[in-house]
Amino acid sequence: MNGPQDVGGMMGFGPVRPEADEPAFHAPWEGRALGLTLCAGALGRWTLDESRHARESLSPAIYYNASYYEIWLRALEALLVKHGLVSAKELAEGTSPEAPPHPKRLPPERVEPAMKAGTPYDRPLATTPRFRPGEKVRARNIHPRGHTRLPRYVRGHVGVIEADRGGFVLPDASAHELGEGAERLYTVVFEAETLWGPDAEPGTQISVDAWESYLEPA
Amino acid sequence: MPHDHHDHDNHLDPMDARTRALETILTRKGLVDPAAVDEIIETYAEKVGPRNGAQVVARAWDEPDFADWLKRDATAAIASMGFSGRQGEHMRAVFNTPRLHNLVVCTLCSCYPWPVLGLPPVWYKSPAYRSRAVIEPRAVLREFGLELPGDVAVRVWDSTAELRYLVIPERPAGTESMSREELAALVTRESMIGTGLAKVPA
Repeated sequence: MNGPQDVGGMMGFGPVRPEADEPAFHAPWEGRALGLTLCAGALGRWTLDESRHARESLSPAIYYNASYYEIWLRALEALLVKHGLVSAKELAEGTSPEAPPHPKRLPPERVEPAMKAGTPYDRPLATTPRFRPGEKVRARNIHPRGHTRLPRYVRGHVGVIEADRGGFVLPDASAHELGEGAERLYTVVFEAETLWGPDAEPGTQISVDAWESYLEPA
Repeated sequence: MPHDHHDHDNHLDPMDARTRALETILTRKGLVDPAAVDEIIETYAEKVGPRNGAQVVARAWDEPDFADWLKRDATAAIASMGFSGRQGEHMRAVFNTPRLHNLVVCTLCSCYPWPVLGLPPVWYKSPAYRSRAVIEPRAVLREFGLELPGDVAVRVWDSTAELRYLVIPERPAGTESMSREELAALVTRESMIGTGLAKVPA
């Protein structure tokens, strides 16, 4: 979706402000928000792509005013309600009746193994690649209403396939409970002048990782 | 309440209240064990951070065979040092050269290689960095104090899929006799994202 998350090339956000010796969390609630997000994710009711879509579905006015952990927490609330794990009434009241532990509740001793294992997203594909390294391709001019990982700033522009990364779960399907829809993923390189015209900085290339259905021959 | 470590929170912060309320609900419903939340916080506040990536870079500087392995299969090479898992399932190492500077961004969210760099800093997740890194990377680098010569090409990697990128900065001159540990101390978080270079020994 052409949501607030798709900021590549936008202007007006001001300077980048690095912070010396930045702590992992700027307030204790940020760590709790991270932990709740990961623990709730471990219940297995939604994919990483669906949680990304919940974040970008926040209204732009909220998204741009929120810290990143606030975006995560608001999206987590939305996911919990959508999947019937928490009711809007419970969220409004800030409490709920007690229930026995969910069978998939993440116990503390499983945190380290779960984080160490991660969740691989590569999927072997038997299909022949549609594109070859060195080939010119155009990022399709598409504007899906749902989740996609093709940023607006490359759509309609011609780049070059740099690498075939093999099959990966397709976010456009995975975010919407449409299965994994695995497709071949390519690293596609664009010249800055192609994307930004005469306003480009010289000597610059930008790459995205794009699924096969995001691309067409050029 | 089982988690009395909240005592020092700012009770006026609405996000603090909102997060506590959600944790209360999820705990009462049996969906979240607060001790697991504690464990996640400890993991990413204390254990997993850019010192991991610095060890990878220092070894790449020190061992050409390891550098070759990183170029061929970064996921396996990095996992061999014990760094693997969430948000680092599919790693790529990209090497700076005298003529090429690599810069990593996630314009669409906050994708970042957790096992080697830990959680992303606030600036990395900010709309300012995400919007500008792809259209004016040299201007962004200047704000980090890095002025690249005109003959150094810039390559920006937008992390739009599940590949996670680790920049291998160039080894500074004058470090030939340094130990692996001394080398790792020169490798900053910024140098592994591409918004900085490795430190030059004093």
